[in-house]
Amino acid sequence: MSARTAATGQRRPRKENQTRLAFWLLLPAAVVVFGIIVYPVIRTLIVSFFEVQSALAVETPFVGLDNYVQAFMSSRFWGAIGRTLYFTIVSTVLELALGLAMAGLLNARLRARWLFRAIVVIPWAVPTIVNAAMWKGIFNAQYGSLNALLTQLGIIPEYYAWLGDPFVALNMVILADAWKTTPLVAFFLLAGLTSIPPELYESARLDRASWPRIFRSIVLPLLVPSISIVVVLRTVEAFKVFDIIYTMTRGGPANGTQTIAYYAYVTAFSNQNFGFGSALSYIIVLVILLLSATYLRILRRSEMSLL
Amino acid sequence: MTITMNRFKRAAAALGAMAAGALVLSGCGVTGAGDGSGGGGGLSPDASAGTTGEVNVLFMKQAGYTEDDIATMIEDFNQEYPDVTVNPTFVSYEALHDKIVTAAPSGTYDVVLMDVIWPAEFASTGIVADITDRYPAEWNDEMLGGALITAKYQGKYYGVPWYPSTKLFYYNADMVEKVGASESDLETWDGVLEVAKKIKEQEGVQYPIAWSWGQAEALICDYAQVLGAFGGQFTDDSGKLIINQGPGVEALTWMKKTIDDGLTNPNSTTFLEDDVSKTMATGQAAFSLNWESTFRDLNDPSISQVVDQVGVLATPKGQSGERPGVNGAMALGIASRAKNPDAAWNFITFISSQQEQEKFVKSTLPSWKASYEDESVTKTNPEVFAAAKIAYDSSILRPQVPDYSPVSLIIQVELQNALLGKKSPQQAMDDAVAAGNDVLND
Amino acid sequence: MKAAKRNSILVHMAAAIVSLVILLPFAWMIEASIAPQRDLISRPLRWIPSGFDLTRYAEIFGGGGGGVGQTFRAALVNSTIVAVAVVLISMAVGILGGYAFARLRFPFRRATLMVFLATYMLPQIALLIPLYFILSSLSLLDTKIGLILVDSSLVIPFTLWILSNYFLTIPVELEDAARIDGTSRVGALFRIILPSAKPGIFAAMMFSFLLAWDEFMYALIFTSSDAAKTLPVAISEFAGRYTTDFGLVAAGGLITALPPIIVAIIFQRYVVSGMGAGAVKG
Repeated sequence: MSARTAATGQRRPRKENQTRLAFWLLLPAAVVVFGIIVYPVIRTLIVSFFEVQSALAVETPFVGLDNYVQAFMSSRFWGAIGRTLYFTIVSTVLELALGLAMAGLLNARLRARWLFRAIVVIPWAVPTIVNAAMWKGIFNAQYGSLNALLTQLGIIPEYYAWLGDPFVALNMVILADAWKTTPLVAFFLLAGLTSIPPELYESARLDRASWPRIFRSIVLPLLVPSISIVVVLRTVEAFKVFDIIYTMTRGGPANGTQTIAYYAYVTAFSNQNFGFGSALSYIIVLVILLLSATYLRILRRSEMSLL
Repeated sequence: MTITMNRFKRAAAALGAMAAGALVLSGCGVTGAGDGSGGGGGLSPDASAGTTGEVNVLFMKQAGYTEDDIATMIEDFNQEYPDVTVNPTFVSYEALHDKIVTAAPSGTYDVVLMDVIWPAEFASTGIVADITDRYPAEWNDEMLGGALITAKYQGKYYGVPWYPSTKLFYYNADMVEKVGASESDLETWDGVLEVAKKIKEQEGVQYPIAWSWGQAEALICDYAQVLGAFGGQFTDDSGKLIINQGPGVEALTWMKKTIDDGLTNPNSTTFLEDDVSKTMATGQAAFSLNWESTFRDLNDPSISQVVDQVGVLATPKGQSGERPGVNGAMALGIASRAKNPDAAWNFITFISSQQEQEKFVKSTLPSWKASYEDESVTKTNPEVFAAAKIAYDSSILRPQVPDYSPVSLIIQVELQNALLGKKSPQQAMDDAVAAGNDVLND
Repeated sequence: MKAAKRNSILVHMAAAIVSLVILLPFAWMIEASIAPQRDLISRPLRWIPSGFDLTRYAEIFGGGGGGVGQTFRAALVNSTIVAVAVVLISMAVGILGGYAFARLRFPFRRATLMVFLATYMLPQIALLIPLYFILSSLSLLDTKIGLILVDSSLVIPFTLWILSNYFLTIPVELEDAARIDGTSRVGALFRIILPSAKPGIFAAMMFSFLLAWDEFMYALIFTSSDAAKTLPVAISEFAGRYTTDFGLVAAGGLITALPPIIVAIIFQRYVVSGMGAGAVKG
């Protein structure tokens, strides 16, 4: 049967079949993902246009764009956005740079390479909450091991409250996040690195090219797709950051680590201001969409397979 | 490629269709919460009701009664009500408020533990039920005044007081004695600072005083007691914040000065009450403010290195001669969508009864006047009772308004700004009052 | 020769230093979990514990009656069930969907994939409140099933992406050969593609397990009792009765970290090939 149909009238029947088959194959995914996400997404958007001051939605007057206007006029909002931007940029750059170096190491010829790779994977596997609790203990002002280490090595004269100053605390959170995330970045980049044909290295070395030169003209251009994916992923993750803030600092000290997602949470649940909280959530969505759209254009230009 | 435009157009169309659909569905109210089924505890009690079924209760972990205490209370309750199953859940204080809010629409809990600062918020948002009708009249006379108002809002009761609470003044008696001072020196804050200086110099305790000045409600509690010592209040009679005037700023300036003078542990701005207790327990602090249950913890050999070395007094007097303790009472409320409100009421009245509370005075003190006169009760925890007797006489209330949570957050941030040296105390309090009054007027 | 050897030594030293930096915090957590509490709050800090305090592990594994241990063990069971279920669901769904994206041509193909990936862009806070009400009305609050559903919605976009990318790298000719012989598309999927897609599949499995195990916000808001609470929530509630014993947090944290670490170590060698294959073309 197939031999004959293969020769005749392929185009139309196959295309229809493909669509129908695709529909059925994708239905489970669509049901779970859209069933769970789409309705809430739209609901939250709707709520953001109302004033909702109670979990029980007793009286909810329509206020149009008021919540959004209130957000853009609020200094706390801009403070949170600023902190989130700082967190995003610094942690992404840090993790990219360190991750690149780590990827190089992972790619190198090492004895017991499997051991090194197994070690590197550990922080990635440690759950975010455990990571946050661990670093909270390390940074503890009275008993933390960082303080103990630095004082016993004579690097600092006395114990310091690492999570006590707003700006320092934000950077400490970045550090804690970087410990866990750099291996993930490294593995992503490693995937890109390993797909660089070794012949390119060899011919470059035959031409007596120096390592920095090789890096700049061969490795980096071929790594652009991987780097782009990493930047998109990390930016989105950083803008959504919540778990580590909740566990390490609860947004403090003096709101120094209050990122935009945490601010939205506090507004909705601690202040029972669900309308405003929903507006804040949507602003996060918009910012992320904006950033991602920009990145995706770059990605498309570098010939990512599917996108 | 033009795929971008097409993609957006199609996505927009799809979203539009779905939005229309969702709007149609929004008959259930904006958030989709829907109307709750009856529930609520506002009905007059029916004697036979509430003797069966399940009661889900939300408690907190730190301070006050321990999980073991509560397990015993439930057992005792089941002696009288054998057909009611009580399911307790424990969360940390910091998570308690949010848990009550998220659980409200679905009636996950029948009974919720509330801090004195929340009934206003929960009552005005309909989260806890009005139980004024259930209140026996005798309670007005038999309960401590400070306890009675815990869950009162606009003349109605939204919870049953479970225990009064305030921050007492803990001191390391051994250290105090070693520098030749005595309890009477600790009656005023000036006296405390004097002794602290001596302890710092002679006993080598680097920072004799520890506070819970982390960005949390704990900071407001500490501030409240200092504010009270300076004779101040949070709000004026019209309900506006006035902490940027006189005593409000003096209190904050005083707090900052103790850091600058090296008497207060600078890490206090990262501490919660647990950390303060730990600092006392390892002998790294000589003085601290903390709740009643801390006395039990500091005398627990499994965690404390200063067993039997600690004394407790009412909070020291300020220059105004006042020594109000912050009112940190807790109350048990019935959720408005509780599934078993009558059994919940029975449970609440049982565990808050004088007879039951008197069994656990080592953990925290009862809300009944009679208990304080009964020697057989007071002698089980004499030091705390003695301190509490003075402490409960005058208390300072944090504003009992529905918007307390955001206002508290604003004040916490500004207090921290001043304590961390980012702003001057006056500037910080000005900003706090401006932003806070904005919220209150909303 | 000499340069190569020197480079090799440098590389090994660098690797050793990196390993140290990575392991030190983790090692401290291990030590904290078995050090007596007074060591942990001593100043200067004692690095070598004065004794071995295994009571924390005893409490976690044996403690009963409403104590920390009971909740923790319940959470361990919950986390395992939820994570395994999420992996199974998202793999099954991802394999089917991934095949569709990789092999089939249909209208809106690109847009659909974009929309799936776009769901990743949504912060959980944006979905939290309506999701809470949905789960509440379906009586799925505080249940493992509810959690499994919402976690799957987080994980499926990832598995779709990884698997579709990987399937693309499998030569079409393999399938065509089978299909000319009469195998259906779906049959080809199972008999030809899957066996050759092991790296991609293992990479996707590892991602889904780690994501599901790690998930915190939904678990925090949607669960409250031992019936459904997962480990991250249990850890965040470790403010003990009196003081926060960091050793207890460390012990709990280690146990929580162990399963994903084991999974990651076993599967990590597939991650590189499982992800990289689709990243660069030409």
